[in-house]
Amino acid sequence: MTTIVGPRELPPLEETRPLVVPPSAERTLANGLTVIAIERHSVPLVEVRLRLPFGRAVLDPPFVARAALMSQTLFSGTATMSTVDIAAALQSVGGALSAGVDADRLLISGNGLASGLGRILSVLSEVLRGATFPEQEVATERARLLDRIQVAQSQPSHLVRVALLRRMYGDHPYGVQSPDAADVMPLGTAELVELHAQRVHPAGAVLVIVGDVDAAAALDVAEEALGSWDGAGAAEQTPPIPPLRTGPVVLVDRPGSVQSSLRLALPAVGRTHPDHAALQLANLIFGGYFSSRWVENIREAKGYTYSPHSVIEHSIAGSSLILSADVATEVTAAALLETWYELGRLANIPPAPEELEQARQYALGSLLLGMSTQAGLAGLATTYAAHGLRLDYLVEHTARLAAATREEVAAAATTYLAPAKAVAVVLGDAERVAGPLATLAPVERVPVPAAGTLEAPEDVVTPPPTEPATTEGSAEPGTGRA
Amino acid sequence: MSTPPPAGRSREAASLHGVPATQQLPLERFTLDNGLRVVLAPDRSAPVVGVAVVYDVGIRSEPVGRTGFAHLFEHLMFQGSANLEKLAHFRHVQGSGGTFNGSTHLDYTDYYEMLPSNALERALFLEADRMRGPRLTEENLRNQVDVVKEEIRVNVLNRPYGGFPWLKLPPVLFETFPNAHDGYGSFDDLEAATVADAAEFFERYYAAGNAVLAVAGDFDVDRAAQLVQRHFGDVPARPAPPRPDFAEPDITSERRQSYVDKLAPLPAFASAWRVPDPITDFAAYLPYVVLAEVLTDGDASRLVRRLVQTDRIATSVGGYVSFMGEAFDVRDPTALLLQAHLPPGGSVDRVLTVVAEEIDRVAQDGLEPGELERTVARMSTHLLRDTDTVLQRALQCAVHEQQRGNPGLSYELPARLAEVTEEQVRAAAATLSSNRRATVEVVPGGGMQ
Repeated sequence: MTTIVGPRELPPLEETRPLVVPPSAERTLANGLTVIAIERHSVPLVEVRLRLPFGRAVLDPPFVARAALMSQTLFSGTATMSTVDIAAALQSVGGALSAGVDADRLLISGNGLASGLGRILSVLSEVLRGATFPEQEVATERARLLDRIQVAQSQPSHLVRVALLRRMYGDHPYGVQSPDAADVMPLGTAELVELHAQRVHPAGAVLVIVGDVDAAAALDVAEEALGSWDGAGAAEQTPPIPPLRTGPVVLVDRPGSVQSSLRLALPAVGRTHPDHAALQLANLIFGGYFSSRWVENIREAKGYTYSPHSVIEHSIAGSSLILSADVATEVTAAALLETWYELGRLANIPPAPEELEQARQYALGSLLLGMSTQAGLAGLATTYAAHGLRLDYLVEHTARLAAATREEVAAAATTYLAPAKAVAVVLGDAERVAGPLATLAPVERVPVPAAGTLEAPEDVVTPPPTEPATTEGSAEPGTGRA
Repeated sequence: MSTPPPAGRSREAASLHGVPATQQLPLERFTLDNGLRVVLAPDRSAPVVGVAVVYDVGIRSEPVGRTGFAHLFEHLMFQGSANLEKLAHFRHVQGSGGTFNGSTHLDYTDYYEMLPSNALERALFLEADRMRGPRLTEENLRNQVDVVKEEIRVNVLNRPYGGFPWLKLPPVLFETFPNAHDGYGSFDDLEAATVADAAEFFERYYAAGNAVLAVAGDFDVDRAAQLVQRHFGDVPARPAPPRPDFAEPDITSERRQSYVDKLAPLPAFASAWRVPDPITDFAAYLPYVVLAEVLTDGDASRLVRRLVQTDRIATSVGGYVSFMGEAFDVRDPTALLLQAHLPPGGSVDRVLTVVAEEIDRVAQDGLEPGELERTVARMSTHLLRDTDTVLQRALQCAVHEQQRGNPGLSYELPARLAEVTEEQVRAAAATLSSNRRATVEVVPGGGMQ
């Protein structure tokens, strides 16, 4: 084999290999639980996700607190098993389960050796049917949750998220998504048992099993374990999200902050909306991946920030486009100006054909990458199921991405990325950034949210043991990591 | 498929049932004339490939006065090369449907892509191009110094517990600059970096003979080998520089330091104990990796039970081997770490005492029936899950080839861990004495908001 001499040309792509949806099976049990099993035999493991609807019809911070504490104490005991028994039973098949809650759902996630699927589901079943929330364990977890709320209060990423949700959603149930310390403090066994009895039921729930299993046989294992789970109870409908109300830039004062956390929200549409593929491509071109205008501008040209990103967040009650960048304090206003500039440019001038093709290839590739692992498939299948979709959506969406025209993408940019429609929240040292921001737009200064709040209790206190000095890809939003 | 063993079954039974048999996946190894080592790990289960290039240089090799330079240089490797303008690398990878990144570790620096498999040749082209030489310019250097400073602000300076414990504990445990210094670097050192420094760093460390290329995923081995030769074959040969000896003696008496974190609302601490050489004494090293999990993995682990559930003197507990939590991707000297966050007003002294008691219980009384088996079963799941992504597979093959000459280590690990005995875990615990312990304590500064 000879080697190339002289200037080198970028090799062409080979023929695209088609997206193939893996074998799967599905069954709705008599109690209302939908079970989806998907085969991927790469490693002898199984991924398990159980998603229960957990939305609310009204803004209800005490419910948020109860749900948060319940998710943290769900595996604390049953009539026959203690916390340690549950953890050891799962661990003995290489397994673990954990629960987390957000404004839409309670999600129980886990994995283990494929040979242990029966054990994992039987433990899950016991907890779903008979979690007892023992007094002692609840007290322990309540104290831990309160500690984590306190830690969250010192994290800019958390504080700015809280402020952004309030700004976007107001009195809609999504306006408060993290628990308040005052609402957590009075909670005990009785409240958690009551919530469990009200809301932890199979109606509307989806169980996804992915891994080194026979799909049909996995359905049988699931039915055996969960077929007798009580079918009573009813989910609440979350009302549609309100339209964004434009107004002054909200400046949340965090004295001494060495960076400003910049967040913007724009309207978006759901996965089945006719504009969705075009909007996804427009967002990629703007700031949805590293090779986007916004990242190339404020990071690679100007060095204002490390990890700007722009993502479409799909919730049950609506979708939004969220822009995030943590920028040096002295360039806060300049970064906001460049953000508006790039939004306005794309909203008014159609993207170049090669920009669109690059974004399109990235979107198509992301679908292939996202379904190339057991965990990736489990996440996609669970998320799609929540919106009434199945993995064949990937095939349909591939076709829509491939077909989206430059005109459609330009139109989507005009409709959804117009800076006039954006709401902006900045968390930073107001003394240093209020003046420069006021040269661009009216500014409304507010204090840091006072009460304890929290988005992701399980993630807040214990950072991953590794914090490698990692670079570029942290600015990689669009790779289906959600 | 077999059912799992009930708790208390013998270890032999557990290793048959709980831990899956070692996966024998094909691996191809060869070395190009220029010294580049290559590992190919085909797996056609999904139409994707992972490409990793690992250079044998990391934070420990930074010169004095240039803290953070290995990481800064990693950024510069994305700023253009012989046939690629600035931004071209990102655009070509993502415009092929792929993702990319790089990361800087204590003993190595990696660069990688994960892409649809029809873009394999393109990824090889991109990696070969920068292996021949990045475009090192003053403008790119200054831009990336700014970007890295924002990275440090977002990950360390502007958040509570930033850099804890991976940047804060090494200077307590270690004496020498390579092992003790801050791998993110000081702003002064970053700003002092020059293009000449970068050119010299590249010349010395980014040699074909100092690198490993690994490719995992959906490809034909013969074809991939041809493509590797086509793109990397004429990368100039430069030998690997001699690897410095970073060894230093164990500490001889307890060390303890504290610092005020003005953003942190709650106390925390981390302790470290030196462990055997991960490469040359692997059999003695493995029991420490297992011990860290026995102590801290999940609600049935020793320290979570005692500190969090029973005594309620800690809010969270963690334990792992090596400062970046990569037990199988690090060389000597390294350590076993235990860390905990405490409730308001919690006493670090009290927690340290209880941790010592629990370690002593393992050393004296051994493990409960089934405890070792279930811990190893869970570790196997973690290891296998990592190898389910072609990118992780490529990265592991590359690092393990580089550090051990054994690219298939990941595939062997579940079986190797199942061989660890209770006696070995007890003996490992017995070495975690307070006089060999280095501890760093976070003193909460009250919480500026």
